[in-house]
Amino acid sequence: MAEGGEEVRLIGSWASPYVVRVQIALRLKGISYEFVEEDLKNKSELLLKSNPVHKKVPVLIHNGKPVCESSVIVQYIDEAFAGTGPALLPADPYERAVARFWAAFIEDTLLKASSQASSGKTEEEKTEGKEKVAAAIVTLEGGLRECSKGKPFFGGESAGYVDVILGGLLGWVRAIDTMQGVKTFDPSTTPLLAAWAERFGQLEQVEAAMPDGKRLIEYAYARAMQAAAAAASTN
Amino acid sequence: MAGEGDLKLLGMVVSPFVVRVRMALHLKGVSYEYIEQDLFNKGELLLRYNPVHKKVPVLIHNGKPVCESLAIVQYVDEVWAASSPSILPTDPHERAVARFWAAYVDDKFFPAWIGIMRAETEEERAKKMSEMAAVVKQLEVALAQCSNGKDFFSGDSVGYLDIAVGCNLFWLDAMRKMFGVVVIDAARTPFFAAWADRFRESDVGKVALPDADIAAEYAKKIQAHRAAAVASK
Repeated sequence: MAEGGEEVRLIGSWASPYVVRVQIALRLKGISYEFVEEDLKNKSELLLKSNPVHKKVPVLIHNGKPVCESSVIVQYIDEAFAGTGPALLPADPYERAVARFWAAFIEDTLLKASSQASSGKTEEEKTEGKEKVAAAIVTLEGGLRECSKGKPFFGGESAGYVDVILGGLLGWVRAIDTMQGVKTFDPSTTPLLAAWAERFGQLEQVEAAMPDGKRLIEYAYARAMQAAAAAASTN
Repeated sequence: MAGEGDLKLLGMVVSPFVVRVRMALHLKGVSYEYIEQDLFNKGELLLRYNPVHKKVPVLIHNGKPVCESLAIVQYVDEVWAASSPSILPTDPHERAVARFWAAYVDDKFFPAWIGIMRAETEEERAKKMSEMAAVVKQLEVALAQCSNGKDFFSGDSVGYLDIAVGCNLFWLDAMRKMFGVVVIDAARTPFFAAWADRFRESDVGKVALPDADIAAEYAKKIQAHRAAAVASK
């Protein structure tokens, strides 16, 4: 529970994996918060004022002060609420550096490739993106082995920073797996990640934070149709 | 100094990310062995200690590698926490603000000046310069917010965000020499321009910023390599 007098608000939108990251972090720490659903097509005064640089979600507002960028927010939560719930980053400086490395990898390598796979300008670019995603996931399997040292999570015995950074994406991973009939975390090639995804996804704090799977699939289809309609109308 | 052990830095003279780490090590007064890497012909050390990205900087502390410049800077700050100055602020919200802007530097500022460097025509360069103008304007705002009227982003003395931004300055100076472009213009962003001058003149700036001419030379080398690669296709 947040200490008396702490006001924690999270501006977010239900489908955003970046917002899910923050929700998972708050729940793992046991911090109560008010969720403010943002309509990204009609951005609120509060969002524009709290994140004037990017105008994006998530934004955490703690006692009136905004924090932006999901990975920055997760580290902030760990530091500002250091006495509350489990620590998300390890105590040892070297292990912290390793955690930060893998969080950066997820952002700069995996997610960048994923973006190219879905939004690449040509079919060739998209295919290249898909290959990069597959390669990144294999590399990440090595990362999980390094970080977990045989324990259940990147964070060891309990979920930590890297688990949260990757875990925010799980809702979308499941949606894509269902829609495309694939297994992003394939147990035959990346057994550790496949087991991790099951295990992490079943944590009560994570289940509570994840978007509804069916609703996400409907949303993904609607977006794909919109994109196809837009492409057709420009031909 | 206590806690040092065996410390090596794999670097490349004109990499701003390497310069960033050298600045952090200098701020903490830590000595280390610097090993220059040939990025056109990557050596065994680099491939072994950064197998994922094969990039510099890599800090090797007692045989264990740390990669990603901002992770390295925070690592140095934490391992040598007993040595002042503190590179990151102590207050969690201030730390979050510093991290936010450091991410902005790497996600927006760095690609923006790379775009100017790599432009192949005057027209393209002008376009990239105007994209950069928006980014520099944001950093002017950031400086006003973070510095609270003091000399540096971090206050009275150089800190995390100063070195995150400042490690890029010598490349901006090189581009001024090479193309006549002025990225941080005192007329448009006076605070930021004044900060850049102060940073260059600071102890850490004087020690760690390479000469702009070295960067310009290296840019020519990259150009030559690219031309050769194209020609051999």
